[in-house]
Amino acid sequence: MSVLVVIECANGEVKKSSLEAASYGSQVAAALGTTATAVAIGDVQSDALSGLGAQGITRVLLDNDTRLHNFVPGAYVKVISKAAEQENSSVIVLSNSNIGAAIGSRLAVKLGASLATNVVSLPQINGSTFTVRRGVFSGKAFSDVELSSDKKIIAVKKNAVEIETNAGATATVENFSADLADADFATAPKETIKQSGDILLTEADLVVSGGRGLKGPENWHLIEDLAKALGAATACSKPVADVGWRPHHEHVGQTGITVSPNLYIAVGISGAIQHLAGVNSSKVIVVINKDPEAPFFKAADYGIVGDATEVVPKLIEAAKALDK
Amino acid sequence: MKILVCISNVPDTTTKITFTPDGKSFNTAGVQFVINPYDEYALTRAIELKEALGGTVTVLNVGEADTEPNIRKALAIGADDAIRVNLKPTDAFLVAQQIAHYAKEGGYDLILMGRESIDYNGFQVHGMVGELLGIPTIAPAIKLDINGNTAVVEREIEGGKEVIEASLPLVVTAQQPMSEPRIPNMRGIMTARTKPLKVVEPVGQEAKTSVQNYELPPAKSGVKMIPAENAGDLIKLLRNEAKVL
Ligand SMILES: Cc1cc2nc3c(=O)[nH]c(=O)nc-3n(C[C@H](O)[C@H](O)[C@H](O)COP(=O)(O)OP(=O)(O)OC[C@H]3O[C@@H](n4cnc5c(N)ncnc54)[C@H](O)[C@@H]3O)c2cc1C
Ligand SMILES: Nc1ncnc2c1ncn2[C@@H]1O[C@H](COP(=O)(O)O)[C@@H](O)[C@H]1O
Repeated sequence: MSVLVVIECANGEVKKSSLEAASYGSQVAAALGTTATAVAIGDVQSDALSGLGAQGITRVLLDNDTRLHNFVPGAYVKVISKAAEQENSSVIVLSNSNIGAAIGSRLAVKLGASLATNVVSLPQINGSTFTVRRGVFSGKAFSDVELSSDKKIIAVKKNAVEIETNAGATATVENFSADLADADFATAPKETIKQSGDILLTEADLVVSGGRGLKGPENWHLIEDLAKALGAATACSKPVADVGWRPHHEHVGQTGITVSPNLYIAVGISGAIQHLAGVNSSKVIVVINKDPEAPFFKAADYGIVGDATEVVPKLIEAAKALDK
Repeated sequence: MKILVCISNVPDTTTKITFTPDGKSFNTAGVQFVINPYDEYALTRAIELKEALGGTVTVLNVGEADTEPNIRKALAIGADDAIRVNLKPTDAFLVAQQIAHYAKEGGYDLILMGRESIDYNGFQVHGMVGELLGIPTIAPAIKLDINGNTAVVEREIEGGKEVIEASLPLVVTAQQPMSEPRIPNMRGIMTARTKPLKVVEPVGQEAKTSVQNYELPPAKSGVKMIPAENAGDLIKLLRNEAKVL
C-alpha cells in the first residue's frame, strides 16, 4: 500500500501546486508508515520528475503517451486508477486545480472513495477515518470533514502546504502505460488558445490586481509594469472583465478565479464581499485606494491611501531597485 | 432537445457567514438564499438554447421544501418544469446519486450545472454525475453551442482556453461569461405558478463524507498604513517584514 500523488506537468516542468501535493502526500505516507508514489501526466521528461525525491516521493510512474499533454478527464482517470490499482493505494492526493478536482470527482465514483476538495490541513488519522479541514463559503470559513470510506481522495488547496526540500533525495522514474484507446480521447481539445503571459494566475505566488479605479485599459500598464518588476501575475475585478478592459480569465472573486498567493496587491478595487471571496486566503494583502473608507482596507495587511497613477509608479521604481 | 439544469440553493453572496454556537451548523437566521450564481449562467444558457433550437428545460434541485421559492424563480426565468428531490444535500456523492438517477430516468441530451456551489465549494457533483452516467463532463465551460448532435464548448484552462467538440449526451458546467443571467419578468412570475414542480423521494442514501464542525478564519490583526509619499517603503516592508518578496 502506498499513497499515490497525482503530478500535473506543463511545459516540461512539474507545477508548483503539484510540488505541494507531493509534500502533502509524503507526509500522509509517513503518518501511515508507508511510502508515497507519484503518477505524472502531461508534458514532462523523466529528469524533471526525479527531483520529486526532494518532496519525499520515492517512485514516479510516468505515462509518456503524448495525447496526455492535453487534459482529457476520461483518459487521465484511466491512467490514475490503473496506477492506484497497481500500487494498491487507498489514499490519493491531487492539487485542487480545475484538473485535479475534475479528476478527483470521477475517481471518487470509480473507486468508491470519499473525496475532499479545497483541503488546507493534513488529515487527523483515527483508525480508518480521516478528518481534514477544507475551505468553504468562498474562503469565508472552514469546515472539518470526516472521510469514512476505505479509500480517500484529497485535493489540496494551493499555498496551504509548505513545499519540502530534502536536498539530494531523488525519486526513481518508471515508465507506465494504461494502454489508452482513441475512444478515451473523445473530449480532447481541438484547439488551445493561450491568452496570457508566462506566469499563470492560479499558480502565481505574487499577484497584482486592478479594479475600476484604474479608469480604463489605457492605464493597465501600471498593473503590468508592477507585476513585471515583481515577477507577479496580473488579475482584475469583475466589472473590469465585464466591460472588456481585461480578459475574463483574469477576473478573481466569487464568480471568477480563487487565488491564494503569498502576496495580493489590489489597486483601485473597493473590496466588495464578492471580490474578497476570491482573494481572502492570500497570505499578505496590500490595498492601494484613493478612498480611506474603502472596505478593502479592513481585509488588508498593508495599505496606501492615494491615487493609483501616483502611487504605483513609486512602487515600480522601488521594485526595480530590489536586488533579486 | 431535452436539457436538465441542476441548481443549488445557496446563501446570497453578500451574506455574513456565521455558525451556531456549537460550530456544528451554518446559521441560516436572516439569510437570504439564492440560486447558486454559477447555476444561473447554466440556466440562462439552457433557455437560450431552447429558444434557438426548440426542446425543453427542466430544473432539478436536491433539497428540502425551503428551496422551492428559488425553483419557482428558475421557472419564472423560463424553465418548463422542475423536479425537487426531497433530501437535505449534505454530501456531494449523495447529491450526485440523486441527479444521476433522475437524469437517467428523464433521458436528457444535455445536463448543465454550475462550476461549483458557493457554499460548500465542492467542484465535485458534475464530475460524479458524469462518471455515474458514463458520459463526459466538461468543466468549467465559458461558451457552449450545439450543432446537431455535437456540443462545441470552450473550456477555461490556466492562462487561456480550449475548444472541445463532443457528442451528446454530456455534462457541461457553466461559469462567466457563458450567458447573461436574466431577471424574471411579470409574465414569467405568473406562469411559473402553474408550471409543474414534481417532488420526488431520494434514491440511495450513501454519503461518503460528513461535516464535523465549522470555524471562521482568525481575524486580521489590522492594517499597517504607509503614507503615499513614501510608497516605495512598502516594497521594503514586503521584503523585510512580511518576507513575501
Ligand atoms: C452575484 C455577484 C457576484 C459577483 N462576483 C464578483 C467577483 O467574482 N469578483 C469581483 O471582483 N466582483 C464581483 N461582484 C461585483 C462586486 O460586488 C463589485 O461590484 C466589484 O467587485 C467592484 O469592482 P471594483 O472594486 O473594481 O470597482 P468599484 O467598486 O467601482 O471600486 C473602485 C475603487 O477604486 C477606487 N479608486 C477610484 N479612483 C482611484 C484612483 N485614481 N486611485 C486609486 N483608487 C481609486 C475607488 O475609491 C473604489 O474603491 C459580484 C457581484 C454579485 C452581485
Ligand atoms: N443540492 C443540489 N441540487 C442540485 N444541483 C446541485 C446541488 N448541489 C450541487 N449541484 C450542482 O452541482 C454543481 C457543483 O456543485 P458542487 O460540487 O457542490 O460545487 C452546482 O453548480 C450545481 O449545478
